[in-house]
Amino acid sequence: MNNKKFIVSHAPFYHNGSRISARSYNIIGATLPAVLMGIYIYGVPALGVVALSISSAMLWELLMNRLMKLPVTIGDGNAALIGMLFAMLVPATLPWWAVITGTFIAIVIGQQIFGGIGSNPFNPVIVALTILMVSWKNLFDFDNALLNYNFDFVTLYPLAALKHFGLSSVESFTPCALLMGQQTGGIGATFGLGLILGGIYLIIRGYIRWEIALSFLAGVLFAAWIFQMSDPAAYAGPVFHLLTGYTLIGAFFLATEDSSSPVNFLPMLIYGAGAGIMTVLIRNIGVYVDGVLLAILLMNLVNPLLDKIRPKALGKVV
Amino acid sequence: MIKRAFWGVKSPQIKYELLHDTPVGPRSILPSKTVTLLLPGKYEQKDKLALCAGDSVRTGQKIRHYEDDDAYVISSVTGTVISVEPFFGDFGQSYTAITISVVENEKIDDAFAAACSDSVRNAVTDFLACVPGKPPMEFLAGSGTPIHTLVICGMDSDLMIATNQHIIKTRIDAVARGIKILKDAYGIEKAIIALPRDLVSGFGHVGAQLIAVDTCYPSANHRMIMYKALKQVVPAGKNCEDLGVCFISAEAAASIGSAFEKSEIPLTKTITLINKDREKIMISARIGTPASDIFKACDVTVNERDRIIFGGPMTGTAVFSEDHPVGPDTDAIIVQDKNEVTLVSDYPCINCGECIRICPAGIQINMLVRFLEAGEYQTAADEYDLYSCIECGLCSLVCESKIPIFQYIRLAKYELVREKAAEAIDDE
Repeated sequence: MNNKKFIVSHAPFYHNGSRISARSYNIIGATLPAVLMGIYIYGVPALGVVALSISSAMLWELLMNRLMKLPVTIGDGNAALIGMLFAMLVPATLPWWAVITGTFIAIVIGQQIFGGIGSNPFNPVIVALTILMVSWKNLFDFDNALLNYNFDFVTLYPLAALKHFGLSSVESFTPCALLMGQQTGGIGATFGLGLILGGIYLIIRGYIRWEIALSFLAGVLFAAWIFQMSDPAAYAGPVFHLLTGYTLIGAFFLATEDSSSPVNFLPMLIYGAGAGIMTVLIRNIGVYVDGVLLAILLMNLVNPLLDKIRPKALGKVV
Repeated sequence: MIKRAFWGVKSPQIKYELLHDTPVGPRSILPSKTVTLLLPGKYEQKDKLALCAGDSVRTGQKIRHYEDDDAYVISSVTGTVISVEPFFGDFGQSYTAITISVVENEKIDDAFAAACSDSVRNAVTDFLACVPGKPPMEFLAGSGTPIHTLVICGMDSDLMIATNQHIIKTRIDAVARGIKILKDAYGIEKAIIALPRDLVSGFGHVGAQLIAVDTCYPSANHRMIMYKALKQVVPAGKNCEDLGVCFISAEAAASIGSAFEKSEIPLTKTITLINKDREKIMISARIGTPASDIFKACDVTVNERDRIIFGGPMTGTAVFSEDHPVGPDTDAIIVQDKNEVTLVSDYPCINCGECIRICPAGIQINMLVRFLEAGEYQTAADEYDLYSCIECGLCSLVCESKIPIFQYIRLAKYELVREKAAEAIDDE
């Protein structure tokens, strides 16, 4: 008899090597084209917001880990991802205290008090953004926030212009310019091409669920098309809605957040399409300028119900 | 190791490895100095012992521990019993470990030869329950639903194992004989051989229906064969045998066939040994041979903190000791280097949906695992299809949080059985 000690564990004895950190860092990587473009357009203040947002988000999570006497989890990249997404949605001139408050709401109220990663019922970034927007409206008035910038394109937040001055005020925006980021908005939310490339990367790598992203976009396009058909003089077309505001970042990075979105096929389609249609409804007939955040928040609420629609398990006896 | 593919749109498909060429015969492992036989059943202190240390046994002798108990093992060697001890397996399975010191002059017990000439059915039931391949006697000879269809598995249900494919390629005549004996002995109407899709031709002479099994894991799982190839859905909570379909490995059929040919109980198990470089070595060893003797014969070095797995990589069992004996159902022994051992984590489910996309049974695993983690086993069974699980282990393989989902599922099933048993005792 010898007394070698072996590792004894249970089946299966292989793992495909996927990790939460790989997922987080891939998503962060996919945001980079849009974020770099934002930093290029808005300069050092944008870089400052991004850096502060990511670092403060990670610090909040570290603080919560320590307070709750739990293992430190900032290595999984989830806090950094939340910080990154938060920074992408805000104007480059957002004051430092608002960034720190925002990441506090996202990490602590949006996620940690529900039990951390995987347990949050709402997308933490959207929770933070909507609370800030309700609390400090002026900070998120993009026209006001970016007043001191001189751009070589029309310095009007397209959705605000559409809401307040009507369709004629946004006629100068061509789809091509919008796609290339020739518009004002959040740091990482304006460069449509970058967001689409990032989204496609995530879809083919399997890090986001394509059903949600595509059905969200389809919902936006469909609803906007219906509105335009009903009154072409009053409502902007589907392409305008697709390329302005938070539509693209919402489709690829916000609606697809794992824990607050469904996992079954049909529920994913309903969830995405519902959020897309709701977005256009809020934009066109609601009081808010952009509807993406509230639409996704609302669908987050419905998510547990939607996920009850599930395939019949093998051999299930009813 | 099965790696996550770079492209992740489709859920991954894991393929069985097929034996295309006629394989070289298994390498024979010389008999060991001591062998250990595991007799199923609780070890108790009883007065009427049928066996104790010091008794001598012959090869092929039927061994019981208690006189009033029907459970038996067949001694695979001739020698002297040196110890009889309790032994515990996974999930509270208890065994009696009988260790035999082997002597050189092998003597064959003749009880089986005598039984052969009498009744074939009794000979099979009374002597062949623990031949290599381990035929499921409890279903064949048991009092449950009568078996009308026998499915002979010509491929192993777990990955990487080549044992049963090897048997089909090298001992098809013995398999055919075994099928005929089983059909006659137990009055089974139909025999079906399940073979991998690519290798299904060339067995027309066997006298059984052939079905093709897809080569994508877990198609060779018994419930998946029922569902995909036989178009029968096994209701959740029941097993294939409740529907009158009994699964038996090709090796078990071959063992029964050759037992009657030679009037001798076969005791040599064919095993796929998978070493640290993931090379397959086909070996044959007496039942009861300690794994360490096999490692020695095949130049496999085992170090501290390595992992030794009896069975396949998806559903096998890691063992505590390198002296763990080969059993009649040990189709494979895998040695994993300590650098390859992946550990589970205590991260919560992040709801990524990977498990749901890969689950062949369509179970809502993201919800199921939340109930299982909380110990709500009954709710998990009632509302989230615990009993639909076919136990393939794919969910744990792809889990990003590395949750031991498969272990949770098996634990839940085990705990529910225990609860029911405890309730039944309370009711009495």
